[in-house]
Amino acid sequence: MKFVDEYRTEDGAAQFLRAIETTVTRPWTLMEICGGQTHTLIKFGIDQMLPRAITLVHGPGCPVCVTPLELIDRAIAIARRPDVIFTSFGDMLRVPGSESDLLSVKAQGGEVRMVYSPLDAVKLAQQNPEKEVVFFAVGFETTAPPNAMAVFQARQWGLKNFSILCSHVLVPPAMEAILGSPRNLVQGFLAAGHVCAVMGYQEYEPLAPKYHAPIVVTGFEPLDLLQGIYMAVKALEEGRATVENQYTRAVTRAGNISAQKLVRQVFAVTDRQWRGIGKIPNSGLRLQPEFAAFDAETRFAVGDISATESAVCIAGEIMQGLKKPHHCPVFGAACTPEHPVGAPMVSPEGACAAYHRYGRGFSA
Amino acid sequence: MSNAPNIFGGMCPIPIKDYPTITLAHGGGGRLTQMLIEQMFEPAFRNPALQILHDGAIFRATGRLAFSTDSFVVSPLFFPGGNIGSLAIHGTVNDLAMCGAQPLALAAGFILEEGLPMADLWQIVQSMRRAADTAGASIVTGDTKVVDKGKGDGIYINISGVGAIPDGVDIAPTRARPGDVILINGDIARHGIAVMSVREGLEFGTTLASDSAALNHLTARVLAAGGADVHVLRDPTRGGPASALNEIAGQAGVGIELDEKAIPVRESVRGACEILGFDPLYVANEGKMLAIVAPEQVGAVLAAMKAHPDGKEAAIIGRVVAAHPGRVLLRSRIGGQRVVDMLSGEQLPRIC
Repeated sequence: MKFVDEYRTEDGAAQFLRAIETTVTRPWTLMEICGGQTHTLIKFGIDQMLPRAITLVHGPGCPVCVTPLELIDRAIAIARRPDVIFTSFGDMLRVPGSESDLLSVKAQGGEVRMVYSPLDAVKLAQQNPEKEVVFFAVGFETTAPPNAMAVFQARQWGLKNFSILCSHVLVPPAMEAILGSPRNLVQGFLAAGHVCAVMGYQEYEPLAPKYHAPIVVTGFEPLDLLQGIYMAVKALEEGRATVENQYTRAVTRAGNISAQKLVRQVFAVTDRQWRGIGKIPNSGLRLQPEFAAFDAETRFAVGDISATESAVCIAGEIMQGLKKPHHCPVFGAACTPEHPVGAPMVSPEGACAAYHRYGRGFSA
Repeated sequence: MSNAPNIFGGMCPIPIKDYPTITLAHGGGGRLTQMLIEQMFEPAFRNPALQILHDGAIFRATGRLAFSTDSFVVSPLFFPGGNIGSLAIHGTVNDLAMCGAQPLALAAGFILEEGLPMADLWQIVQSMRRAADTAGASIVTGDTKVVDKGKGDGIYINISGVGAIPDGVDIAPTRARPGDVILINGDIARHGIAVMSVREGLEFGTTLASDSAALNHLTARVLAAGGADVHVLRDPTRGGPASALNEIAGQAGVGIELDEKAIPVRESVRGACEILGFDPLYVANEGKMLAIVAPEQVGAVLAAMKAHPDGKEAAIIGRVVAAHPGRVLLRSRIGGQRVVDMLSGEQLPRIC
């Protein structure tokens, strides 16, 4: 398969592994930002093929994992209303809120539908004028343009029965929060290639020298990741703290200008709560005042719903690279994919779920 | 009597002018039920046992028997490569085949939803007949109920079946032993992705058709070639080969090692899985079988599979080992290793 097979060859992997081995002279800790990258690393066994000197820690780039508990509770409160069709991407449906999840709401008679695009939700609103259609708009800069387009189109079509429950988050402020923490262990980053395909990588250019951490824009296939790791290790060994682009087939320095323009038109930057990490200033998106009518949180008056996180779950420390999933006291015991305590065990891209599913951190 | 032409060939025997859809009266046990049986089911499934129209079928059997049942609630009812009718026959015939049996008799239970188009039922019944004929199986008894509109999904079908196991055949998941080789009869995940792409309205440029098929003729060849050295047969339906092999590893107390490169997956199916974030190892199949065979007979069994139309792309995908009992490990395409675990639920398409 084109654009896939050529990035999954055993020979290519062996070449990059040799290059990494001959370059590395001391221990380094790298963080891949995106949950998709975490998944590839573990699924293909890359974490176990690397020299022991290289430690990979897994970043906060899984939208399911960082969506705050109270937002799930708000989604559930809206989805329970008989006048609502609540739409979401598939992997948000199983995420537990304080007491329930969206799949259970569906089982109890709520109209919860999985969609593949926010534009499908807009179409549903058009087809069901007697219903309120709400889309659960979560994700990073990657999903912001289609979600912005959905709101934009709903306004163009004059739809009064469409709204979004918005929990958009942004990568660079989270990276800065991790790098700026006195406990930080991360020495180099693999930046999320798909985020950069939209946003470019100029935003990262001040971060790398400020925190002396090289940042390599990296793709999602096994050889992309191995090359990204090689480039980060080489930069660290040579004492360079610059931004480099491994994912040149998808990413330019400026990114997708028209997508960025649309996002700015519909969304404004705001402070955002990250599940397990806490509030990060200027780390999220909310609707611009001119699109406020499409905000489900105000339309259904669910803004007051709050929630308390599990006290035992160490998801926040895992997503900041301070700990690994199997360092958690409840990993694999009280917390499993069947009964997740924290969000990284729910989403298939969460670090805990990846470790559990692919048998990392268990004694053989 | 006016017969409406059927676009799929043949004539629907129920006067569609009078009854274009299923009504509650078709399940009421009265004249309309009788008409449905006599004009729809009986002519399609005609065989000596069925013609008696008795409360049950009576037939002779000797030796060891396999008995299985499976219910079908697939949505949509029609998908490229088949429909709920053909799928139902294949499902139960294959369950019997995986016991090493050849089907002797099938029973069909229909739950129809009021409002089901009669033409749809006709098409489904015709597909069942063709699938049963291909498998060499007979539907000897059945039952029909009708539920109120809104209480069903058009049609649900249950097929139970009895099959005869030839002497010398000994198939059981517990017989998998270290050294055995794992074969599959062709590419995986095609059926599951085909059904899902219709259900979810996904378009992938090319139309994916289900490869649903009855495997009893293929298992007969496999058993003829491998005899008692064929230790386990399993059709990796829901949960895919990953779940089936995990079950076998657990039941036999053995480890299993797979080679990702050796597992056949069509390019279009791989593409769809990549887009949706699915692992083809967990996608449902119907028409695929895993065979776990002692190493001495692997060549003969592989050749027997490849000689059959449903096994042309057969491949060796892994082996049974003594290490890590109960666990399935996979050597990834790039040479790394991972555990292939059971999934806790369905695979859900991911956000990005």
